[in-house]
This record gives sequence, structure tokens and C-alpha cells, in this order.
Amino acid sequence: MAARDVHGPGPPWKQGFRVIGKALRKEDGIAKATGRAIYADDILLPGMLHAKILRSPHAHARIVSIDTQRAEALEGVHAVITGVDMPIKYGVIPWTPDENALAVDKVRFIGDEVAAVAALDEDTANEALKRIAVEYEPLYAFLDPREALERPEPQIHAEIRAKKVEGNISKHVQLDFGDVDAAMAEADVVVEGDYFFHGTTHTPIEPHCAVAQHSADGVLTLWSSTQITHYVQRALAQVLELPESRIRVIQPCLGGAFGGKSDPFALEFVVAKLAMITGRPVKCLWTREEVFYAHRGRHPMNMRYKTGAKKNGRLTGVDAKILIDGGAYSSFGLVTTYYAGQLLTGPYDFPSYRFDSTRVFTNKPPCGPKRGHGSVQPRFAFEVQLDQVAERLGLDPIEIRRINFQGEETKTVNDLRITSNGFLECLDLVEEASGWRERHGKLPRGRGLGVAGSMYISGTNYPVYPNDMPQAGIQLKLDRSGLVTVFTGGNDIGQGSNSVVRSIVAEELGLDPHDVRVVAADTDLCPVDLGAYSSRVTFMVGNATIDACRKVRALIVDAVAEEWQVDPQRVYMGLGEVSDLEDLGKRMTTREAFHLAETKHDTLGATGSYNTPKLGGGYRGGTIGASPAYSFTAHVVEASVSEETGRITVENCWIAHDCGRALNPMLVAGQIEGSAYMGIAEALLEHHELNRFGLHAGPSLLDYRIPTATDTPELHALIVESLDPEGPYGAKEAGEGPLHPSVPAISNAVHDAVGIRLTHLPFTPGSVLSALRAARKPGARSTPSPTSTDMAAAAARVASEKA
Amino acid sequence: MLRLPSFQVANPRSVSEAVALLAEHGDKAMLLAGGTDLVPNMKHELFTPDIVVSLGQIEELRGVRTEDDGTLVIGATTTIDAVAHDATVRAHAPALSQATSLIAGPQLRRMGTLGGNVMLDTRCQWYNQTHFWRSALGYCLKKDGTVCHVIAGAQKCVAAASNDSAPVLMTLGASIVFQGPAGRREIPIDDLWHSDGIWNKKAAKDELLTEVRIPPQAPGHRGAYGKLRDRNSIDFPLLGLAVRLDLGADGTVEDADVCAVALAARPTRIKRMAELLSGTKPGQVSFDDAVERCAAQAYRQCRPLPNVPGDHEYRREMVPVYLRRTLRAAADGTGPVHCI
Repeated sequence: MAARDVHGPGPPWKQGFRVIGKALRKEDGIAKATGRAIYADDILLPGMLHAKILRSPHAHARIVSIDTQRAEALEGVHAVITGVDMPIKYGVIPWTPDENALAVDKVRFIGDEVAAVAALDEDTANEALKRIAVEYEPLYAFLDPREALERPEPQIHAEIRAKKVEGNISKHVQLDFGDVDAAMAEADVVVEGDYFFHGTTHTPIEPHCAVAQHSADGVLTLWSSTQITHYVQRALAQVLELPESRIRVIQPCLGGAFGGKSDPFALEFVVAKLAMITGRPVKCLWTREEVFYAHRGRHPMNMRYKTGAKKNGRLTGVDAKILIDGGAYSSFGLVTTYYAGQLLTGPYDFPSYRFDSTRVFTNKPPCGPKRGHGSVQPRFAFEVQLDQVAERLGLDPIEIRRINFQGEETKTVNDLRITSNGFLECLDLVEEASGWRERHGKLPRGRGLGVAGSMYISGTNYPVYPNDMPQAGIQLKLDRSGLVTVFTGGNDIGQGSNSVVRSIVAEELGLDPHDVRVVAADTDLCPVDLGAYSSRVTFMVGNATIDACRKVRALIVDAVAEEWQVDPQRVYMGLGEVSDLEDLGKRMTTREAFHLAETKHDTLGATGSYNTPKLGGGYRGGTIGASPAYSFTAHVVEASVSEETGRITVENCWIAHDCGRALNPMLVAGQIEGSAYMGIAEALLEHHELNRFGLHAGPSLLDYRIPTATDTPELHALIVESLDPEGPYGAKEAGEGPLHPSVPAISNAVHDAVGIRLTHLPFTPGSVLSALRAARKPGARSTPSPTSTDMAAAAARVASEKA
Repeated sequence: MLRLPSFQVANPRSVSEAVALLAEHGDKAMLLAGGTDLVPNMKHELFTPDIVVSLGQIEELRGVRTEDDGTLVIGATTTIDAVAHDATVRAHAPALSQATSLIAGPQLRRMGTLGGNVMLDTRCQWYNQTHFWRSALGYCLKKDGTVCHVIAGAQKCVAAASNDSAPVLMTLGASIVFQGPAGRREIPIDDLWHSDGIWNKKAAKDELLTEVRIPPQAPGHRGAYGKLRDRNSIDFPLLGLAVRLDLGADGTVEDADVCAVALAARPTRIKRMAELLSGTKPGQVSFDDAVERCAAQAYRQCRPLPNVPGDHEYRREMVPVYLRRTLRAAADGTGPVHCI
């Protein structure tokens, strides 16, 4: 069944690739650039109502009563709903359903959804919200993860899925691989330290939006800015108690997601329920502020790392203890808690490894998966610590990374299967491009170079709900016009997955890409794909596409070979033509070939699918983090640091990324640049900060500062192709991996520039100045003294003492 | 998207018509020039005027001209972008050119006006938020509430004056002209401010700012502007410093003035600058020593509050740094000092 069994990384025909590997525009690029692309908020339906959601002004409170009468009485209001209208809990991870579309009994953060209104227009809906009276009984609110760990009462969640929650602990994972204590004892040098990663959020330009319509015959259609149509369909069915077959979910053009649209969200249930109640279409568009409350962004993590190494630089072991601030709900938190440990075991060989990570609930907007889910924070801590180890041993930072390279076709200490691995080439490229050998350690004070490496998954080997069906499906329809329509459940969230599918079909069936139409992310029309998360789409949907194309290609080749009375081996399909490789006089258009094939084989179409091989360790949680292939990245950042103002400027960032094969190098470079941009932004500017009241400190694009064009450094994308044996034509992911090294590479560059180790994010000018002051004190070490962010570090210490 | 509250719009064609509308509608009316401050504030329900009096159709309020005596007159609705690019402004008031070129971002500079920037509402992290946010907070002293969240127990609002143009115009000795029910009123811009963040201007709500008047500067006039912010564009100042140096024929400082913004409710003059700098000569040790003394004086005097977002202790640390740099930029005829 699985495509991985039937093709290798090379072109199956000796003429080489015609479409793959070419820098092609995105199929929807012009539509987006000219404003013609249809986003969810562009959808206007006859009789459509507008929904608004009432939110909790309390960080933690019991709902005593809700009175909606005055809202219902307002002219123009069609329906008002509260938690009791949708009491069934859901959660993107089926083991932790702890969310209600609208709060039932309790609210758990400022911005938690409480009630919703459908009205003739947005202003009426807003006015109605003001008329809803909610009586709250405030409860003690947890804003500090350390406190949430220490103090079991009041519980933010008492039970999840009939299972009692222990205090405010969302998830605890402890895994040991090898004898870490012995490894530390035999090490020549052991470096131990605390690191803190602050929270950040996704800031897609498009706020979440959903439109629902309930037809007369009982079919619910939802258009939503989601990256997981399939899971949203399942969640709607569960909460609204409808058969899945009566629910159609469509993802229109999407204006960015980055993981922020990979949970089912309240607005999706709200518009669906309101459409069912009113019999009219209902739309809800969130404000920017509401997007900040929906969050699901990067978890703040307090991390203590200990790394041992021999004099020759070989690592002996790594020991990690991590406290994760989860916010108010589970979201993907179960996975996050594993990823925080599981995904660190490459591209370096760890002879022994132990991690202990605990996610706690707090009364803040829920954290979730952001680009590089769960592994960007530990990667930051470890790559800075690895530089500290190199410094102690007098080794070059690139050299220590080479020395510990794990190799290809190997297994990690935690039993992850590594296939292709181009990390050494990544290191070589950034070393060369940055002039590392001539410049590292030799630049004038105030300017420095820093390196960091990373690895990331190309999808995971099991779906969030257990089943053995394919993870990705494709359907092809070949038309007599010469057009091929591809139906894919894959979510194009701007990363260009539809363009990738189009390129593969054009390659396989010898078509001009413009003769391939992609219909995507519509649950009625498209076979299931699990969605755009975990960097799985190119790998899995790509393989499924090849699978389907090969089946239908065989039919066409067969019909043409019969027509020409030649061996099918001689039939070649390329760029809109079918030809005989041994008699160039024999040729026809692909359209004519389609006609021949349809005549012989009846209506033409095919399905294709992909499922992962069985992967992962045999221990509990051993499949979490197991991926059919891993991407690898190395960055060198060139930074300048003003010792007068503390300002860090990233002058250059060289990013070498092993994506297996660049199916479309323009899209790969775009993903590499976008990832590095985001990582640099998180290091230097962004801060998803809650103030002392539990209010988001600045839920707007003015106060939540992401770099403008003028703040963005020179980004140099360097593509490495290791040709993975199982990826589509050898491809692996490119959308998340290249973010990881940005943050530690900046810290390491700052060390090269001015000799301080930045271990606590964000790297604000103020924190740089205080680190510089601490370093100037006689006898000071290069680690900064505690600053305001150290409350969280203290939390980590308490956590480790308690354990 | 946040919705605007509903309101009427009036489009007067003349200043007198606009003043009459203000008189007629009293507190229910507000002026709109570029709208770059008013509109977001209305979306946040900080202002809910019944009628918005748009100044866009009033030709006489727009443009830059020089009077016979050399006074530079800038109409209140001249866009910030136009001021920033005006050759006369650049020649006669370089610090104003620099400051306006750093206000917000390009799109906002093409909408926003100089008068709007002078009359900008004060800003605070507890105030410039949506109505929902402020209601969850329980509001604040500046709007709808009684408690200041910047300083516990504060009786007076400390929201920060955040207009980059204000300290520059103070150093230039500018005056501003209002038209109101009682007629024309011209005051030195120094006299416009008072230290109440709720409304930090001594101007009545029925008055219309019509023009900014910058007197001829000394022959050896030098000016520069320094602006601290996190990004190269868009953001309001975390600290703004305007410098004027008047150099004599031999290059000696004859007079000097420095004003700061984004610290407290009103833009403030840094004391003793002329005293410390006069008689020194850029390029000589005396000037360098004076710059250090000025920096120390500014550090003593300026105590930024945690009113606008960001680390206020860091903002204070940057006062002497930006002061030194901006003084030197003025002496060198360079600037602005920005994102250093």
C-alpha cells in the first residue's frame, strides 16, 4: 500500500526531472499578490449572521450564573449560547480533552470564552455581549509555573477524561537512556546551567475566522482558517453530536498559521452551533487581541542542563530537567512534554541521556505547538551549553559539533531511526560561507560569530488518534481536456504544499504544471490527510501523490505502448507530450494519450496513500518523536553588540538546511528564510508576556513586536540535499527545522563578540547590559547574574529540588 | 477586527466653520486630521465622540511657508511625511526633519499630521488597550477608573507624552496658534504642557490648532534628534531627545537646549544645558567634558516611569547614552540618533 515501498529518491526515468528541482512560483502566488485569493473572511453568504464571543475578565473563577435575557431581547440578535449548549469536552489530543467551546462552570484565563451571540451585524453582536450578565466567584490564579507545581489547590483542572489530575500537573515524563550518572563521572568536563525560554506566539497575519452553514437537509459546512480540517471535522462531530458524514470542513486560502491554527477553536464550534440554531449562515472573525488569547504558542520552559564530555570533545551524556508552563489547557501539551526531551538526540551522538520534563497548568492563555514544536527551547539550552563545553575544552565550536556527529543510517540513544543525515555538509557550508575559520574569535570586540545545529521531524509515525489507516491520501481525476485534478486533504497554509503536489503530478504524468489543478482541504471532496503540522505534508502527501500517479501512469503507458506496438519501457511522458524513446517520430500530446487510455481502461483516476513504517522505541512514549526522516540544520550568525546600549544586531545569518531534496528550491529557500526570521524575532524582540494581573501585556501588533522589513537581517539560505531513501524523490521537511539554531547561534555569537553567555530569553538590551556589568565584576564568570526573568529559573531550581 | 463606535462626520471647509462646529457640539465633538491616533483610540473606546470634525477639506491648514522675518510656519494638517521631506524645514530646523522622519512608519507618516502629533494623546501600557482588556483590569486613573497601575496610590496620571515633535519644537522656541470661540491665541509651545497625563495640554477642547510657528534660528544653529525604540520603524519613542546647539562664528557654543519626551506626562526640558555647554567648542576637550556633565545632569533629572511598555530602568540607562550621542550629532551636523 505505502508509496515508500515502491520508489526511490531518484527520477524513475533516466531523462531526469522536468519539474522537480525547478524554482517555480506558488500556484496561488499571483492570486494572493493581487488580492484575488479568497480567505475565510472574504466569504459572504446570503442571510449571513455575525457572531461575537464574550470572554472572561478573570484569570481563574467559578461561573456562578449567566443571564442572557437582555442580550436575547436586543433587536437584531438571533441567538445567544453558553457553555451548557455544548457541554462535551474536546481536545486535539484525544487523551486530554479538557476544553469546552464555551466555559462550563469555570474560566481558566483572561480571555477564556464564556458565551456567544449571533446577530445581524458585528455591532449588534458586540452590543449584545455587553448585555450578558455573568456572575463570577474568583479563584486563586496561578501565574508562576513553580507555584503551580508546588501548590495543588485550587486545581485548574480536577479531572480529564475521568482521570484525576494530580495537583496542577498537566503531564510528567521521565526517560532514561543509558547510565547518565556514570557518564558524568567519567567525563573530563561537566557543564551545568539554567536556561530560560520565554513564551512567544505565532502572529499569523490572518486572524482566525470561521463561517458555518447548516443546510436544509442537515449538512453542516464549515469554512475555517484551520491547518487541520480532518481533526476539526472529528471534533465538531464529537461536540455537536452529529455524524461525521454530515459535516463538511473546508479550509479556504489561509494567511499564515505556524501551528497557531492546529487545534479546534471555540469559534468553529460557536459558528456551527449558531448556524444550526438559527438556520442561517454565521461568521466569526477574531480580533487580533482574541488571536493572542487563543495563543497555543511556544511554551515557556525553565531548563536545567548538564552535559559531560571527554577531553577529545566526545559527549558522554546529557541530563535535562525541564519545567514547562502550559497555560490553561492541554492542547498538544502531552506531545510537547515528550518532544522537549525526545527530539534532542541528534545530530549528535549521545552515549547516554536522561530527561525529566513536567508541564503544569497555569491561568494563562494555553500554550501549544509553534513552529519547531517542543524542541526549539531545549535546542536553545543545549546548543548554548555545547558551546560552553567547547570553550572549557578549548575546542572550536564547529569542531565539537563535527566530533559528535551521529552519522547516517543509525539509531539515536532513544531509539529514533535516522536515515539520511546531511548535517556535516550543513556545517561545512555555513563554515565556508561565513568565513568562520578566518573570523571566528578574531573579529574586533563587539562583533562575533556563533554556530548552532539542530534536527527536526518530517512528520510523526502515528496520528493523534490511533488507527492503522493511511496518514495521507490522494485522489487523481484525469480529464479528456488534458487536465488532471488532484484531490488532497493536505492543508496549504502558505507553505506551498498545493504547489508541491502540483509539481509532483506534473513530473509524474509529464504535464505542464498549469495543466494540474489542486483541490485541497475539503473533507467532502478530498481523501483524508491529517493536516499541516509536524512538518509532515511534503513527505507524506508527496509520497501519496507519487503513489497515485504511478498507478495511473501505468495505464496511460500501457495504452500508448499498445497503440504504437512498442515495449512500454520505451514510452516517455514529459512536458505535455508522450514520446517513443527509440523512435522520435512517434509522439502525441498527453491529452491524446489520456484519450487512448480512457478508451482502453475506462474513466481514468487513481488513489494513492502513504503510511509510515513502524518506528520508535519499545518503551512507553517511544513512538513520540519517531519520524520516517529527520531534517538537519546548521546556522552561523554574525552579530554585533553595542556595549553602550546593549543592543544586539544580527548582521548576517547563514542557514544550511538538509531538506533531503528541494522539490522546489524557491519554496525551500522561503521556508528557510522565514524560519530564521522567526527564530531571530523570538530571540531579540518577541515576548508573549503576562502582567501581574494575568492580562496579556500587549495583545496587539504594536506592542507585540515582530521585526519589520528594516529590522530583518541578511538571511543566506543554503540548501543541502541528502536524498532520503524514503522521502518523495528523497525530500524531507524544510518548514520548521531551520528555525531551531537561530536562537542559540545568536547567544553563541554574542559570546564571541563580547564574552557573555546569554542563557535567559529574550535577549533584551537591558539583559545584555546587566550581563556585561556582571562580567566586569572582578572574578565574575561569563554567565549573567539573575535578572527579572530569573523568577522562572528559580522555579526550575525549586522543581529540581522537589523532585 | 475591532469595530469603530458609530459617529457622525462633519467636513468643514474653513477654520471658522470647524471652530463653530466645536462650539456647537462641545464635548461630543472631536477633531480628526490624519486619524492615526484618534481612530485606534476610538476602536479602543478611549474616545467615543458623537461627531468627528474632519480637517481634511480645510486648505488653509496645510502647507509650509516662510514669512518675511524668516519665521517658518507649518500648517497644522501638513502631513508628517511632508514636514520630514521639506527642504526648508531640513535647512532651518534639522532636528524637526529628523524627528518627523522617525515618527511611526511610512504609511502612517503619509496620513498623520504635524498638528496631530503635537496634540497626540499621552500613552500608557494600562491605557492603550481595548475596552475588554481595560474592563478586565478594572480600568485606570486616566480613563474610566480611579487607580493608577504605574505608581501605586498616584493622584495624578503619569501616562507618557509620546510625541516626537514636541521636544524639538520646544528647543526651537516654537509657538503654536489656536483658533477658538474667542479668536486667535498664540502661545509658546513651552506653555502648552502640564503634568497631567489625562490631558497634558493647556488647550480647551473647543480650540483648533492651526499652525506651528518656528522663529528664525541663530546663524550657527545645529539640531539633532535621538529616539530610543526597539524596532527601526513603527514604534512610539521609549525615549526621545531633541538638541539645539547655537554655535558662534568661531564654532563655540553660545546657547544650547535639550528637551526629552516619553518619560512622563509632559515633554521636559533638561536643565542647565546652556550653562554647561556655553563657551565650549566641539572638537575640543572642553566640549567633551561638558557633554559628560550634561549626560550626568540628564541622568539625574530623568526618571522614566513604567508607563509605556518596556524596561523603564533600561530607558533611564539610555538617557545619558542618547544625550551624548545626540549632542555630538548636533555638533557634527549629523543625526538622527536611532537604534544604536
